[in-house]
Amino acid sequence: MSDNIYSRLAPIFEEVFDEDDLEVTAELTANDVAEWDSLSHIRLIIAVEKEFGVKFRTTEVNNFRNVGELVEMLQAKTSA
Amino acid sequence: MAGDFFLNLNWLPKPPEDFRQNLKEAQGDEAALIRLSTTALNLNQLNALAKRVVAARADVGFRKLTPVRLGVIGFGTNDFLAAALTATGLRFGLDVEVQIAPFNQMAQVCAGIAPAFEGFDPDIILLAPDQRGLPGDSAAALDEIDRMRAGIRQQWNVPVIYQGLAQFPQSLFGNHDVFLPGTDRQFCNAVNAGLASRVADTDDLFLDTATIAANTGLAIWHDPVMYGHAKLPFSQDVVPLYADNLCRLLAAFRGKSRRCLVLDLDNTLWGGVIGDDGLGGIQLGQGDAAGEAFIDIQKAALALRDRGIVLAVCSKNDDAVARLPFRDHPDMLLREEHIAVFQANWDDKASNIKAIADALNLGLESLVFFDDNPMERDIVRSHLPQVAVPELPEEPALFVRCLLNAGYFEALFLSDADKLRVADYQANARRVEIKEQAADLDSYLQTLNMSADLRAFDEAGMQRITQLINKSNQFNLTTRRYSEPEVRGFADSDEYSTWQVRLSDAFGDNGMISVVICRKLGAVWEVDTWLMSCRVLGRRVEELVLSCLVDAAAAAGAETLRGVYIPTDRNGLVKDHYRKLGFSPVSEAEDESVWELSLTDYSQSDDLPFTMQVVE
Repeated sequence: MSDNIYSRLAPIFEEVFDEDDLEVTAELTANDVAEWDSLSHIRLIIAVEKEFGVKFRTTEVNNFRNVGELVEMLQAKTSA
Repeated sequence: MAGDFFLNLNWLPKPPEDFRQNLKEAQGDEAALIRLSTTALNLNQLNALAKRVVAARADVGFRKLTPVRLGVIGFGTNDFLAAALTATGLRFGLDVEVQIAPFNQMAQVCAGIAPAFEGFDPDIILLAPDQRGLPGDSAAALDEIDRMRAGIRQQWNVPVIYQGLAQFPQSLFGNHDVFLPGTDRQFCNAVNAGLASRVADTDDLFLDTATIAANTGLAIWHDPVMYGHAKLPFSQDVVPLYADNLCRLLAAFRGKSRRCLVLDLDNTLWGGVIGDDGLGGIQLGQGDAAGEAFIDIQKAALALRDRGIVLAVCSKNDDAVARLPFRDHPDMLLREEHIAVFQANWDDKASNIKAIADALNLGLESLVFFDDNPMERDIVRSHLPQVAVPELPEEPALFVRCLLNAGYFEALFLSDADKLRVADYQANARRVEIKEQAADLDSYLQTLNMSADLRAFDEAGMQRITQLINKSNQFNLTTRRYSEPEVRGFADSDEYSTWQVRLSDAFGDNGMISVVICRKLGAVWEVDTWLMSCRVLGRRVEELVLSCLVDAAAAAGAETLRGVYIPTDRNGLVKDHYRKLGFSPVSEAEDESVWELSLTDYSQSDDLPFTMQVVE
């Protein structure tokens, strides 16, 4: 199931961070992506919300250190 | 959801599927970058485009875009606006450079205590307050805004764009918030009214966010989560729409609003096809839902004309037929005297629109083209990218919403000069000659992915075949009418070869668009009936049909195809049909001409832009 989430995240990352060959792995963090700053982070959150039909709470918006933790949050939200 | 119409900028065509690839190819190419900007880009796409714009500005500079430097002094975080405005500006012919004043220091920046815009030299400043950052009393809030305005005048001496307030989607008392003091709603209304009264008769401008937010829905405009997280004053979802609205104002500020509306006729100003349905058959006027929708479109066009927008007509029609409703239909609101240039002919619309612009001495970037036919829209967009061409839904009742919400005609005030301009153009519905053919249409047709299906008459097609035979007037060589039993008779007879043609393309299925009945007379096959829908004119369908006719006749051992043209007052369009297809005249009388093509002389053009399926 998480494979599926990663494959859905890949095009979102590509569009949000304007970078073509970004490998979206669990270990990926904002430090690894040139365009990943506080503004593009918001665009990422919004794009992810749309794709997965979920809403993040205020406390969740910044509450992941890498993509793996984002995926865990998504798993929790989409399985509920 | 109707709010999506605004959020998704539905009057703009969708961005190309391979947007990112397009973006790469547009690197440093001003025209290609502009072209991408004229599609309904989402927030991420705007950001990606803006990066290329900034790079191109530094590397090669721009030739066509008008520069404007915008300073932003706003409540909360506004940094996200820079990219969105830069990318959206291209849509309006603007090279918008944006600088955002430091976070949350509106009063300090305006008072000159906190530095902003050093070395930037703004042409205009957006002043974007918010009820969350103003004193709670509307009079005190307006005083505060006045102080900021004065500070801006002192430091930069440029016009400002006041951004209005959008009320929250929650109330305190309920319905009576509208007048009870101390409520958000009463406060926003009072401040907006105060700002509007300050703008009138000055060089300042007003961005009506209350209306933009109402159109999208207040609950969508306000995003409390993102406000809490990053102090974003409004939802990121509405940024493309917000940027479009702000750039309209900047375009008007730079004198770049559009000035001429070019109207299609059939199924745009009335329902139906005047050439086929006749004066009594078109839908127009009260008492009929469709007819009323078209009245609304004409009202909107007239209202635009009243405030200075020049009207023109561009229609595929015979001139006399197209003018008929303008002269004789009792429910027409538009009359010839309202139309500056009236182009009704069978040439391509791109060439005609170019001729209209030349005749009016207007640049193409001043024109808006309004047409229900998606293919005509696409042709004009691809050949004349400077012309704005709104997308339209199939429902004519929604046309006005598209036309008037696209922001083409943004005007800052009502001037007598505008009204005079319309008079200057001497709206006498004159025809103008096309000086140059705009377009390489052949290579365009190749991109349409046209697919044709040709088959003999069958029961499934019988109703539509009969309808076309009895309705088509314009592309109809003999105008012979047949009842359904007669049509069935042709289908069942060995003496006749019958053809029904369907066409689909990149824009969808056009359904049945051509009907041919051919009588087999041994060595000669004589075309009894050949008709086609004018909707697919100029797409080489008739050449395709001919090649199939020739194949069938040759296979049956015939040597000659014979065609007859019987003129009526409606079918002048096909006077030279057989000549164009390579037939030679046998007799040319006034009431009938006869043409023949020897099958051995026929050579099929090998680059017809179709894939086709022939069902025997």
